[in-house]
Amino acid sequence: MLKQMEGSHAVAEAIALCRPEVICAYPITPQTHIVERLSELVQQGEIGNCQYINVESEFAAMSVAIGASAAGARAYTATSSQGLLFMTEAVYNASGLGLPIVMTIGNRAIGAPINIWNDHSDSMALRDAGWIQLYAETNQDAIDLHIQAFRLAEQLSVPVMVCEDGFILTHAYERVDMPDLNQVQAYLPPFEPVQILDPADPVTIGAMVGPEAFAEVRYLSHHKHLQAVEVIPQLASEFAKIFGRDSGGLIQPYRSDDAETVIVALGSVVGTIRDVVDDMREDGVSIGAVKVISFRPFPMLALRAALENAKRVIVVEKAFADGLGGIAVNSVRMALRGLTTPIYTIIAGLGGRPITKDSLLRAFGEATRDELDDPHFLDLNWTVIDHELARAKEKRRSGPIAENVLRDLGLVGGKPV
Amino acid sequence: MGAPVIAFCRLDDKEIRLREPVMSPDALIVQDPTLLHQVDLFSGLDTRGYLLINTTRRYRDLGLGDYVTKFPPHHICTVAASEWAVEFIGKPLPNAAMLGAFSAITRRVKLDSVQEAIRQKFPGELGEKNAAAAGKAYNTIRTN
Repeated sequence: MLKQMEGSHAVAEAIALCRPEVICAYPITPQTHIVERLSELVQQGEIGNCQYINVESEFAAMSVAIGASAAGARAYTATSSQGLLFMTEAVYNASGLGLPIVMTIGNRAIGAPINIWNDHSDSMALRDAGWIQLYAETNQDAIDLHIQAFRLAEQLSVPVMVCEDGFILTHAYERVDMPDLNQVQAYLPPFEPVQILDPADPVTIGAMVGPEAFAEVRYLSHHKHLQAVEVIPQLASEFAKIFGRDSGGLIQPYRSDDAETVIVALGSVVGTIRDVVDDMREDGVSIGAVKVISFRPFPMLALRAALENAKRVIVVEKAFADGLGGIAVNSVRMALRGLTTPIYTIIAGLGGRPITKDSLLRAFGEATRDELDDPHFLDLNWTVIDHELARAKEKRRSGPIAENVLRDLGLVGGKPV
Repeated sequence: MGAPVIAFCRLDDKEIRLREPVMSPDALIVQDPTLLHQVDLFSGLDTRGYLLINTTRRYRDLGLGDYVTKFPPHHICTVAASEWAVEFIGKPLPNAAMLGAFSAITRRVKLDSVQEAIRQKFPGELGEKNAAAAGKAYNTIRTN
């Protein structure tokens, strides 16, 4: 059914259709509207047999999801930013124990400096926590990926994060095609756990494992991710049969087959990139894009096949590693190992800074002439940076950087120290 | 009405993929006229576009006498949205009336569609009252 609705509410309705049995909720912007809407749906009796548990922290949210999943319940939670960091220990436990929890990440920057707006620092910080990570470009993607996430998680007994850009998607009103319950139930069978805490048939879950077996247990987790590389495209084609639209999969190319320059990106910025690709194509530039949907597992072979004929690759990403540069780009380099293709990194959209068509056009243009620095920080205000560097050089007690920069920009009162 | 807030909307017949903020609006809706000279509201607004301001004052009293002459006369209007909101809803929340005015002046969205969206968002009495405020704004502009 076509609806015009807020992204968070669309995700909440999609989660409800997946009939979770336990929802652990702790609010944090920009994910809060998802669990708020789910609380209403549970209270109205719209989700059948579902326990909605208000927990005291994100650490508790993931811990309760672990307990619920181990007891055989389909478990769901959602978080963002510092909330994800706060639950980190439990996040690793969920994957280490092989519990098929689904969690939405409303992507948001990590402080300090405190910032509530969107980038990918949070989910990228936990990219190697053993969870599958799927990134949504649109709110339709977010709906469809959540439905596929439960199926994928439960088939392989591995937890899945569905990452969607905070505000840009969570708070945007867009048209979505909301599936009906019959479709979802035809696609997603009831949860059949591979392990369960059952008093009638007691087991322990979570054994202490020493050096004699730890590597093997860890390898088996890696093996699940390798299986997921095969399963994710299968689940996408089954999804297309039931729901009548292409959604999910490992990657999605856009006008990249014959392109000399190919952009690689994750999440909502891919939409803007598609528009830029169309504009540059009209001007005769041979350019295309590839959306990475599954970042973990990383689609090595599929991405290599999509990029191997490109003359250059540009990775646009909303997070970076201090002292190194991009994060996603390293996975892309791994996929292209052995080739000499130049690979550029554009770091963009940090802390909610808009990624504009004009800025991308300029940077892509420089890259196609092989004039772009790497990594390139999009739209960086060098005047402010140079001022602060000069201040720090001039005197030892130059003061807190964030406050100095804000004063420099006239965003707070007073003069820089 | 609190801290300045900017919100954007794009309307199109094909899929909207662009995620950048609207920097060159075709239409600008000013809900709080006290912002007129505090924030650079009109940057990027083309004078072939539309300008709607929630106010009962005249353009020249707002300091916009010269500016608005650049627009086609039927592309600009002042809307007593807060007053109508008080009348219909009991609170000075001008959103619904401004949407009715937007529908009337741009003719891009039917009043029925605006009112139906309002009723969906706020089911029951609250939605009806807001839909009535939108209708009042629409009809006032269309008859003037």
